[in-house]
Amino acid sequence: MFASCADPETLSGLSWLTCYLTTGKHIAFYWAFGTVLLLLAVTAPVALAFGFGGAMAARSRIAPLSWLGKGYIAVVRGVPDIAFFLFFVIALDQGIEWLRHKAKCPDWDQPIRQGNDFIVCAEAKMPLSSSAQWVHEVYGFWLAVFTFALVFGAFAANVLFGAMRAVPRAQTETAEAYGMSRAQVFRRVIVPQMWVYALPGLSNLWMVLIKASPLLFLLGVEDIVYWARELGSTKTPQFTAYPHGDWRMWYFLFLLVFYLGFTRISEIVLDRIMRRLTHGQATLGSHKRTGPVGMSKAGPP
Amino acid sequence: MKTLILTTAALALTAGAALAESHSQTVRLGTEGAYPPYNFLNDAGEVDGFERELGDELCKRAELTCEWVTNDWDSIIPNLVSGNYDTIIAGMSITDERDEVIDFTQAYFPPAASAYAAPSEDVDLTGGVVSAQATTIQAGHVADSGAALLEFATPDEAVAAVRNGEADAVFADKDFLAPIVEASGGELMFVGEDVALGDGIGVGLRESDGELRETLNAAIQSMKDDGSLNELLVKWFGEETQTFE
Repeated sequence: MFASCADPETLSGLSWLTCYLTTGKHIAFYWAFGTVLLLLAVTAPVALAFGFGGAMAARSRIAPLSWLGKGYIAVVRGVPDIAFFLFFVIALDQGIEWLRHKAKCPDWDQPIRQGNDFIVCAEAKMPLSSSAQWVHEVYGFWLAVFTFALVFGAFAANVLFGAMRAVPRAQTETAEAYGMSRAQVFRRVIVPQMWVYALPGLSNLWMVLIKASPLLFLLGVEDIVYWARELGSTKTPQFTAYPHGDWRMWYFLFLLVFYLGFTRISEIVLDRIMRRLTHGQATLGSHKRTGPVGMSKAGPP
Repeated sequence: MKTLILTTAALALTAGAALAESHSQTVRLGTEGAYPPYNFLNDAGEVDGFERELGDELCKRAELTCEWVTNDWDSIIPNLVSGNYDTIIAGMSITDERDEVIDFTQAYFPPAASAYAAPSEDVDLTGGVVSAQATTIQAGHVADSGAALLEFATPDEAVAAVRNGEADAVFADKDFLAPIVEASGGELMFVGEDVALGDGIGVGLRESDGELRETLNAAIQSMKDDGSLNELLVKWFGEETQTFE
């Protein structure tokens, strides 16, 4: 990066370190932090939307819709994350390619499954194999967002489902007495009041989501843990200008500090939100920050 | 107006189709990027090494557009068969077990010696703990040898396990271990006899990709014939490495 880094062997001390920490590989490592933060920033609202939808479906008076919501919550919460991430993403990717294949190559006469191989026509590839690497990476990233949102959405749905039921019956009864319809009660009374019950569970989920971000690597996104392992591994002089021993410990220590710092900041922010939400509300939450019993039990281990 | 839009749309569609046609020969090359000198990420974060040069040359000779992709070793075969890339060029030895799932081109690397590296001469290679990378022919060999096998996801971790005392010795391709032993300054040394495993290293392909296999076979053969493959082997693995006749 810097002109002085052209010949690292002659450098020592701080100038060596400066050059070492600005190699292309390290820059990729720093970008990976951006990827992780972006994933969290996008996944959290999408997961919340999935959760909201799931909770609404589960509460529905239409039986099939309610089964669907409850089934989503039960199935996704019950399947181990890692199995979900390994199986679901490949299935989703192949599903998309299969649909595109049906639409774009109707006169294709070979089977799609040939032994172990999954073959679709070249135009149905998602993304096309001729697209640039960054397109593949962006596609992988969105698959990751969708998968994370689906998994965490199920947990959020459970939290929100509970929170909607935790709104005091007296409140909804009063609303009904005013002649509000079921939808109006939901919109005007339940939703504004439920957040305070949902927040402890949701904040737990957020913490778990932060810690789950290394699962990204399972999805082929080169995340910070991948780079820490790659950069920290022993480097022999033939293959790098910056040979070093096993430095994984330092890289992982750095990740530890990052994750601890990030969860601490999240805690502070979530505390503020909680204080704001409970302001002037005569709910349990305003006195007891932990919320109703059972509400904080959310998220995978 | 409507016809105008329709024509434009039709034009765009045919242009897109033509574009797809001319680029349909893009081949995505999957590798691990953690196995020097075969393949590794250089300081700039790009795939580098013997297989990088080989792959680029093969693509040039076969007139293919190629794109490098890195993938974890553990899932390198599943991602090939599900179509995330089209070849595996990752120091993968041709074995019968793998041949049942995927296809290989002819070998671009002769059957290579695997070796044990350990901190001292007097380790027990058949009764002790030996580390190796998971799902490699070396791991299979250790399991059969009677030693306790300690598997790791990356070859580097297998070496690190010997350094920190978790394993008595590491078993891997000799060409991978040689630079590490050399750079360790006497901390690690080769122990015991070299073992010849596998039928050489070839490019892994989906079984249904017969055409690509023929193309690459021809390209490898042409590199063997004009001696450029041997030059590459000597360049990356030193004068003493095995070459093709």
